[in-house]
Amino acid sequence: MKNKRATLSNNTPRLLERFHIDVILLMGLLTLMGVGMVTLYSASGQDMAQMERQLTRLAVGLGVMLIMAQIPLMAYRRLSPYAYIAGLLMLIAVLLFGDMGKGAQRWLDLKVIRFQPSELMKLAVPMMVAWYISKFTLPPRTLHVVTGFILVVIPTVLIARQPDLGTSLLIASSGIFAIFLAGMSWRLIGVVAGMIGAFAPVMWFFLMKEYQKQRVVTFLNPESDPLGAGYHIIQSKIAIGSGGAQGKGWLQGTQSQLEFLPERHTDFIFSVFSEEFGLVGVIGLLAIYLFIICRGLIIATRAQDAYSKLLAGSITLTFFVYIFVNMGMVSGLLPVVGVPLPLISYGGTSMVTLMAGFGILMAIGTQKRFLSR
Amino acid sequence: MGRKRQHIRDHSAEANLFARRCAIALLIVVAMLGVVVSNLYSLQVSQFEDYQTRSNGNRIKVLPVAPNRGLIYDRNGILLAENRPVFTLEVIPEQIDDLQQTIKKLAVLMDITAEEQEEFFTTLNSQRRFKPVALKTQLSEEEVARFSAQQHHYKGVSIEARLSRHYPYGDTLTHILGYVAKINKTDLQKITEAGQEANYAATYDIGKLGIEKFHEDKLHGEVGYQQVEVNSQGRIIRTLDVDPPTPGQDIVLNIDLQLQMAVQKTLEEQRGTVVVSDPKTGGILAMYSNPSYDPNLFVHGISRKNYAALLNSPDRPLINRATQGQYPPASTIKPHLALLGLDSGTIDRDYTIKDTGRFRLPNVSHVWRDWKRWGHGKVNVSKAIEVSCDTYYYDLAYKLGIDKISAAMTDFGFGDYTGIDLYEESDGNMPSRGWKRARFNEPWYVGDTIPVGIGQSFWTATPIQLNQSVNTLINRGTRYVPQLLRGYMQSNGEVALASPKTLRPYLVQEDKNWNIVLKAMWKVVNGEEGTARHAFDDVLYESAGKTGTAQLFSIGQNESYEEDEVAERLRDNAMYVGFAPFDAPEISVTVVIENAGGGSSNAAPVARQVMDYYFANISSTTFPDPEATPEDAAP
Repeated sequence: MKNKRATLSNNTPRLLERFHIDVILLMGLLTLMGVGMVTLYSASGQDMAQMERQLTRLAVGLGVMLIMAQIPLMAYRRLSPYAYIAGLLMLIAVLLFGDMGKGAQRWLDLKVIRFQPSELMKLAVPMMVAWYISKFTLPPRTLHVVTGFILVVIPTVLIARQPDLGTSLLIASSGIFAIFLAGMSWRLIGVVAGMIGAFAPVMWFFLMKEYQKQRVVTFLNPESDPLGAGYHIIQSKIAIGSGGAQGKGWLQGTQSQLEFLPERHTDFIFSVFSEEFGLVGVIGLLAIYLFIICRGLIIATRAQDAYSKLLAGSITLTFFVYIFVNMGMVSGLLPVVGVPLPLISYGGTSMVTLMAGFGILMAIGTQKRFLSR
Repeated sequence: MGRKRQHIRDHSAEANLFARRCAIALLIVVAMLGVVVSNLYSLQVSQFEDYQTRSNGNRIKVLPVAPNRGLIYDRNGILLAENRPVFTLEVIPEQIDDLQQTIKKLAVLMDITAEEQEEFFTTLNSQRRFKPVALKTQLSEEEVARFSAQQHHYKGVSIEARLSRHYPYGDTLTHILGYVAKINKTDLQKITEAGQEANYAATYDIGKLGIEKFHEDKLHGEVGYQQVEVNSQGRIIRTLDVDPPTPGQDIVLNIDLQLQMAVQKTLEEQRGTVVVSDPKTGGILAMYSNPSYDPNLFVHGISRKNYAALLNSPDRPLINRATQGQYPPASTIKPHLALLGLDSGTIDRDYTIKDTGRFRLPNVSHVWRDWKRWGHGKVNVSKAIEVSCDTYYYDLAYKLGIDKISAAMTDFGFGDYTGIDLYEESDGNMPSRGWKRARFNEPWYVGDTIPVGIGQSFWTATPIQLNQSVNTLINRGTRYVPQLLRGYMQSNGEVALASPKTLRPYLVQEDKNWNIVLKAMWKVVNGEEGTARHAFDDVLYESAGKTGTAQLFSIGQNESYEEDEVAERLRDNAMYVGFAPFDAPEISVTVVIENAGGGSSNAAPVARQVMDYYFANISSTTFPDPEATPEDAAP
């Protein structure tokens, strides 16, 4: 018996290694999912059907991650331009023939499945930029940086026109992170920052729809419309603020349990968490996120080739953007743009994409050894 | 190709560059998380109390709780106005899957009319889905039982009980108690003006008439509060705290229900009123105005048809004749005028006239006639009261003049509110020179003064005024306010008595004048020629009184009054004022019966029945039956 157990424990890491599982990253993700389920139980109003659906999604997500981890890194690299071009074509198709949903064209009906090309682009854009930049020596020359930005801007604009501000923001940042990590010069960074500043009015007048503008106005002054557009932010801030340092306790959040908080199990789930677990709980949650980000960056720095490094770094930092934008928007730092809190918010599509990203991260983290041997 | 390019690359330099950039990225990440945390610190720690207050403001609502209305008792502790649960069938739309189907089934089970269903759906559309909507109100106990047996089939349908006023004695006390009914716009405005909005926030009914209206402030009580937790739609989740309401004061009336019921019976179908008071305090023992109506009809909203019937009835049931009926007082005020004559020295007890049945003013052709065509012969003040000699009073009025009469009778309370605790009171009219000038823009003629002597000629009084003025005679000048309120029921069952209210007394020069007048009233009942002697044949108690017959129809100078020829509504009003026992009066009775004819034969017998009932059943004073033999008294 004793012998058997020893063999088992010795074999476990090796077994995980064979399936390209990064144990440390997996532990971080599972912890997060656990916290997510506990929070969802409260935020959904103890709705077991929602809990089951979310569990199913998490299982699907873990499955997708596992599959993505098995695909050889060479395949990702070779597929990068094709995935990008295919994604771009589909985005154009969506704008032309896409299904309307909540006032935005995001879905492409492929008869068999309904598909959001923007989700594919969340991975295809960093892959494409990493593929393109890593073809040349680092740091990239200005021409390559410019080309890289063009590769980012095209899908960003297409998605922003759907309109899906949150996703276009995530896609833009994923590409920009790849270029930044490649070693783009600080002088150029300054220029780009200036250009983005100049682009903002163009966004406002030509790209943003009325409801998006409304969000920005509301963000700047939520009390101007306390029962209308500002209601979400005001109620969310009341939930967070009234949680205090200690929190009201699990299932005890009055703002969430008594339904004053809108969208409390999806985009605003962080408000529920903050109300019930307080600042102490939030710092704990941030620690888990930081742990995952650190692990992602370690995997990136340890990666063997430039493509893997840039892709791993981009995926990790984009994960952070989710966290920052979500927390920022529910606590009144940023306008409400519809970005979920990763692995905590209730909802399917973006979570599967996230888990696919972690699958690629695991592939990068575990497959290098085989390559180096 | 690829291999070749890799040889050119400086891998370690690239790796260092990347690691540096990663480190910078991590620093930025940590810095941005720092921004998030500092923002949360500001919300959750620095501004915690502000947000906690706003969070509580969201979820905690304070709801008013209506106080229970004070009860009303008679002087013997019999409940006259009570609070009864009324049952309402209520539907919570949100909890019902197929509303149309459920209503259809309920309509069969509970006999719900098409109008009730229509009203239900109208209300439904204007309310939030979780708020109950009344489908049928005022369920009978049988209906409550019928639904209760089937309740498990109807989720979201329930019977709600609310306390509502009920008057168990129906029309017997309507003009005293009045009634409560739903607060309307006008009431709401008055409540707001009185700064009572908060106190009435949960109250459904308000006193509309009678005691219910007059003593509303005491009966209502103080609103209570309930602190509840609500969700974002305003649905109550749970109760956090209760500050119970203070119920209204239970009040006790001077009314004796038994006597009141006896009074109601004596009036039968006749239009009229009887007031019975205690002359020692002014307390009203009974007060009934016929016809009356059922006040319970009004509590839950009277139908338009029923209300129109009451409003348009020629018998005017809505009027409280005792306090609102304005009648010429006729001969009932002769004792008052006699007192004035004696006390002012205009006449003395021996002053005598020779009554021929006719009275004339010098140089005036008009003839005022006595009710007795051939007159009463030699009449002094006492006999003038006993036989109700009109001519004597024509003469007296002429001698006194309108100014003296008007001033003195005003001091008796005529032409003014008695101050009874009812808002439904008229002040009557005591005519004077000034009044006639203001009313008709005409001077007062001497001819106007003559009929004032027999309580006619513009003089009107309410029965309650007459009753009060007789009490003033009994009390030799002390004037009491007629009071329905006796006191307040305390928690130990004792009654805290309200003290009787007095008014400015009627002052005389010589007290013996009271005795002359009162003795003359005794003769009305007990004298050989007393106008009420037949009505009071063989009574066991000694009483005194005065009859009255008020003319409503002027007859021509040379005509005689033929009852049959005069339309019913123009026939004389029969009146009687009286009190008993004569030595120590316990009750003072005023009777007015409209269009009944002479007071002696129509009003006095009613007063006698009331007094008989009182001394047989209520008074503690016993009278030996002079005809009872000792054998009868034996066991």
